[in-house]
Amino acid sequence: MKVVLHIWRQSKKSTQQNFAQDGKMVRYELDHVSADMSFLEMLDVLNEQLTKKGEEPVAFDHDCREGICGSCGVMIDGQPHGPQRGTTTCQLHMRSFKDGAEIYIEPWRAAAFPVVRDLVVDRASFDRVVQSGAFISVNTGAAQDANAIPVPKPDADKAFDAATCIGCGACVAACKNASAMLFVGAKVSHFVHLPQGRVERELRAKNLVAAMDKEGFGNCTNQYECEAACPKEIPVRVIADMNREYLRSKIKEEPPSNKRVGGDG
Amino acid sequence: MTWLFQFWRSSIGGKVIMAITGFLLFGFVIAHLLGNLQLLSGPDKINAYAKMLHDLGPLLWVARIGLLAIFVLHVATGIRLSRANKAARPVPYAREATLQATFASRSMVLTGLSLLAFIVYHLLHFTLGVTNPEHYARKAAGAGGHDVYAMVTTSFSNPAIVAAYVVFQVVLFFHLKHGIQSLAQTLGLSHRRFMAMIQKLSFLLAAVLAGGNAILALSVLFGIVKAAQ
Repeated sequence: MKVVLHIWRQSKKSTQQNFAQDGKMVRYELDHVSADMSFLEMLDVLNEQLTKKGEEPVAFDHDCREGICGSCGVMIDGQPHGPQRGTTTCQLHMRSFKDGAEIYIEPWRAAAFPVVRDLVVDRASFDRVVQSGAFISVNTGAAQDANAIPVPKPDADKAFDAATCIGCGACVAACKNASAMLFVGAKVSHFVHLPQGRVERELRAKNLVAAMDKEGFGNCTNQYECEAACPKEIPVRVIADMNREYLRSKIKEEPPSNKRVGGDG
Repeated sequence: MTWLFQFWRSSIGGKVIMAITGFLLFGFVIAHLLGNLQLLSGPDKINAYAKMLHDLGPLLWVARIGLLAIFVLHVATGIRLSRANKAARPVPYAREATLQATFASRSMVLTGLSLLAFIVYHLLHFTLGVTNPEHYARKAAGAGGHDVYAMVTTSFSNPAIVAAYVVFQVVLFFHLKHGIQSLAQTLGLSHRRFMAMIQKLSFLLAAVLAGGNAILALSVLFGIVKAAQ
């Protein structure tokens, strides 16, 4: 099959400050594409041809190519990871497109995801959010018996649904407001349904939301584009979980104490 | 105060303020419609209702100032959030697709600002008597005070005024249709079974409220409610 690609290319003189704007959509025609190729393999073929012609290959992120690492997200025809639901770009195949299709490929667009080059964006903002509280800070010691802490199956399922997040950023890319609430909601929901995670629930909700706001993501307006775009099909229920947890933490927050710490010594 | 300010500034705090003020304004729209439905029972009922509201005196001002505060908070927070949303995506996509967002959800800012313009007109029209002073000036026989029935029916005998009111009820329908179900999600209420129910209820309530308001104006225009002489 034959495809016509329109890909966001950085201009040669881009500086670190203007990467997001300084570029344009460039048209490439690619022939002899197999319908069984993955989307990334198709880009590999394009890059080989570009390299042979002495042109700069298209920069794109990829790692495991089996749908679990979360590296390979690009915007395909306005949809994160392309037209197939519940699928990462690497697991998308060219059979999802018609012969002769015009395909638009762009990087994630968000102030919190600065463009590094072409289709590659910097998702370190997600890492900083995770560092602010998406973990359990107790010393676990040796692994205990699996049945030592009973967890009801429905709770385990809810936590697991949230834990399937691969941090690819498709939710931010799809959101009309570039909000990260599905991602951050998944972190909150991942822990709050489990007894180990409940110990620090107030602090976690507060810190995660503060870190998210600091990165300059937008605000959720409940349009649920994120849920439709998520390759792991994480439900927007996790956002309601986060809203509830944040409200809970704000209500339970104690005013700062006037007492002197440590006594008179 | 710092606690409250921090809460208002946070993304979720802002959403919660939108949800709570939205819920209160939604309650006002219900009460407003229920009160005005008395138009259907003739001049005595609606004029007595208007007089009762006016006779509340200071309480009426408490209600008015409270309502205004809620309204200002709703609009100001909405503008703050939507500006932050614009800033969060400085470079738009060359190709954009919409996967499952409804028209209503995507036009909340537009419908909200249109409603703001409409409410200003509505207050100038019926509360302050600026746009149609000749309708506003009519006095009720005997009981004294404004003849609300005459004011409303003479206004709604004018097809242009009715058209404006009906158009804005359509806008109100879209704003409420997304708003009612959205506030449930924002306040942390999400459940696989109840979400479908809440969405249907949201549609139904929005349709009943907007439809009820529109029917009042239309029933005067089509002579179902007799215009005062």
